[in-house]
Amino acid sequence: MSMIKRNRIALIFLLVALMAPLFTDNQYYLYIVTLSFIWTIAVYGMNLIGGYTGQLSLAHAGFFAIGAYSLGLLTVDANVPYWFAFVLACLITTVVGFFVGLIALRTKEHFFAIYTLCVGYIIYLVIYQWDELTGGVRGLIGVPPPSPIGPISFESAESNYYLVLAFLVLVFVFMKFLTESLIGRTYVAIRNSEELAQTIGINTMRQKLVSFVISTFLAGLAGALYASFVRFLGPEISYTMTTFDMLTYLIVGGIGTLYGPLVGTFLIVTITQSLQFMEEYRMLIFGPLLVFLVIFYPRGIVGGIQMWKAKRQFKKRQKMKRTSSTSTHEGGD
Amino acid sequence: MLIETTGLTKAFGGLTAVDDVDVGIEEGKITAIIGPNGAGKSTLFNVISGFHSSTNGKITFNGEDITKKKAFNIAKLGIARTFQTTNLFEQATVMDNVVIGHRLRTKSGVFDALLQTPRLKREERACREKAEEVLTFVGLQKESDRLVSDISQEAKKRAAFAVALATDPKIVFLDEPAAGVNPEETGGLVALMRKMVNNGLTVCLIEHKMQMIMELADHIVVLNQGKKIAEGTPEEIQNNDTVIQAYLGGGEEAADAH
Amino acid sequence: MDVLAQQLFNGLTIGSVYSLVALGLTLVYGILHIPNFAHGALYMVGGYVTLMTMTTLGLPYFVAMFMSILVVGGIAVLMERLVFHQLRHSPPIHDKIAAIGLLLFLETLVQLIWGADYRSMTTPFDDIVSFLGITVTTQRILIVVAAVLVMIALHLFLKKTMIGAAIIAMSQNREGAFLQGINANRVAMLTFFISGGLAAIAASISSPINLVYPGMGHLVILKAFVIIIIGGMGSVPGAIIGGYILGFSESLGATFISSDYSDIIAFVLLVAILTVKPQGLFAKGAH
Repeated sequence: MSMIKRNRIALIFLLVALMAPLFTDNQYYLYIVTLSFIWTIAVYGMNLIGGYTGQLSLAHAGFFAIGAYSLGLLTVDANVPYWFAFVLACLITTVVGFFVGLIALRTKEHFFAIYTLCVGYIIYLVIYQWDELTGGVRGLIGVPPPSPIGPISFESAESNYYLVLAFLVLVFVFMKFLTESLIGRTYVAIRNSEELAQTIGINTMRQKLVSFVISTFLAGLAGALYASFVRFLGPEISYTMTTFDMLTYLIVGGIGTLYGPLVGTFLIVTITQSLQFMEEYRMLIFGPLLVFLVIFYPRGIVGGIQMWKAKRQFKKRQKMKRTSSTSTHEGGD
Repeated sequence: MLIETTGLTKAFGGLTAVDDVDVGIEEGKITAIIGPNGAGKSTLFNVISGFHSSTNGKITFNGEDITKKKAFNIAKLGIARTFQTTNLFEQATVMDNVVIGHRLRTKSGVFDALLQTPRLKREERACREKAEEVLTFVGLQKESDRLVSDISQEAKKRAAFAVALATDPKIVFLDEPAAGVNPEETGGLVALMRKMVNNGLTVCLIEHKMQMIMELADHIVVLNQGKKIAEGTPEEIQNNDTVIQAYLGGGEEAADAH
Repeated sequence: MDVLAQQLFNGLTIGSVYSLVALGLTLVYGILHIPNFAHGALYMVGGYVTLMTMTTLGLPYFVAMFMSILVVGGIAVLMERLVFHQLRHSPPIHDKIAAIGLLLFLETLVQLIWGADYRSMTTPFDDIVSFLGITVTTQRILIVVAAVLVMIALHLFLKKTMIGAAIIAMSQNREGAFLQGINANRVAMLTFFISGGLAAIAASISSPINLVYPGMGHLVILKAFVIIIIGGMGSVPGAIIGGYILGFSESLGATFISSDYSDIIAFVLLVAILTVKPQGLFAKGAH
């Protein structure tokens, strides 16, 4: 009972998400929501390394593209069975992420951001220029949809929606377990002060590397899902602008919060997609919005709500303390 | 000697911040390192705690050579430290800041979180119990649920002590523990350092407040321009001509010293 | 031999432009420790202001360039006041995100006003001259000469004037400079103005041999970051030398390796450098 109560927001989200296809016949809405779920997974990756561990990675569109192109090339050109290719795509991204992280994480703060920005650009340039492999500007066409698992096939929009939702739920649960555990606290300690983290015996390099590798895995997973959902890949998914889009989702939702990626990505993807004219000029609003948020609400929508709730709870507790002379010690969270 | 440095030298480019320093820190005692600004005190701390690699010389801990060890490994051996700026996370509660101090004694990794293993649960409980224990020890049990940004400077200092103590150290290095704290509160921190020593810990501190040092320290080491110019009991240091010279030479520093 | 000479001169022109952009970036980094990702957008706006002043107002090239310096310098000062100054006590990650927000805004704004087309800029300097076996347009000569003049002027300003000395002092030690009674706000604003002005000059002199379009700043800013990492973040001579190093490597790389991948040279250089020296070349020792 208490587990349900503690996770009631997540469960309400899940319930709404499960029922959503029942209320609409509009395939386009379903398409957009599925797309936003895919991006959410990638943004969770960015959140883990940027929000929790404090290292702003600007290469994540690149990792997303590595996952997407790996799946695309393995299925289209190499005829590898779909789910095997899917696992391989995630694995390839993770391995690239490991080696990039090994070097990139030796740099700090600004250097790390610039370094990863350049890594992202290199990935873009390689995809763009190496057209014998990737199709270059023409892109990669005809990525197959996921193959059936047993009796379930993934031809319809609904089935794709539920498949992506299933992955999102897994990622969410994983992030919840991770960030609320001692391991997540370790990442936050590094974000807060790498110096202090080292003096309390944390191998910061190793912890940052693990966090980075998980974050690239999530980007690759999202990329692989994207490839077989959209079924066409162009080099622009790896461009810096895609990373900046992801960053916008994260900042609006709330960097360093569990629900931030979910809220931010869903809001912005659905808003921009439903207002077509926004597509091209979205940054006219989102650019200043980013600036406004980091100055006034650096923890975004979710962070803002959390602050407000924490303040209210604190006031309530003060009041309780005043009314009852014997204050009970509260343990656990 | 619990910690001993021999010929320890640290140079940054052309500047020798710590120059051929031999220091011994005796177990169960309070050792103070004093000296004018720029004498190399903080650098000495940074080198011993593995933050900077030494240019030359040797550091031993319980006879074991730790010169080349990294900061996190040194912490695992039982050497803890605090910073002048407490480096705490202001937006989190005192408890949340302290709980992570015991992380180095745990083994759980990402897969433990993914599978919610019993080991993770056990270790999280251990960290929390440790945090409660050290918060009680430093006298912050009542403040444990407050945000660090809401507590006083003196309480922040105590919280920083608590983080260090949560690592289960044998020795604690305190970098200006009483800086920015008013005289009455300084007394409380002095009492806390005594309590630490009475509980079997060894304390080594950098401090500018001379009066406090003279009544607290068992042993004083004086640095000037990277070199050790004297060491001894508080009485010996107070009557040492070289030390008086160094402090008078420092001008304004001498005025601060009283 | 002619090809080599021709490419070396090309390297000199590209390097001149890179140096000017990198100089602005490094000055701002030196004072405020902000990696200004929006610097490329300033460069782009500079190109547009010069072009539009010439085409719509019919003003001469150098007058347009002067206008551009004022406008872009002004935008840069506004950025400092409205954004970076507000964030001076925030964690460093916020500066970067805000800079990215500014970059996105400026780029989309320009696209909204002037469209996404590629435009060319024509100047009076399209004569072709030959010397020492190489053939170049006078615009390319102008680039080299203008860049050198600007660098000399900047050097004199930093060395010979009080406020210039203050910029240097502040980039070496913020608090120390503050204590000696330097108005830190004024120095920061001036630095941003100079930084924007340099970007405007760089864009104005290079646009005639390239093109003007909303994304023209993307590669330039990335390369400028590579340059200031090579030359040392905050170092003025480093930015100049680094700019020319990159200019020459690219023009030679395009000739002898492949022009498709000449843009990648900078990034490979950067990855190589940071792999070996994570603090960048010429990093000052830890304090």
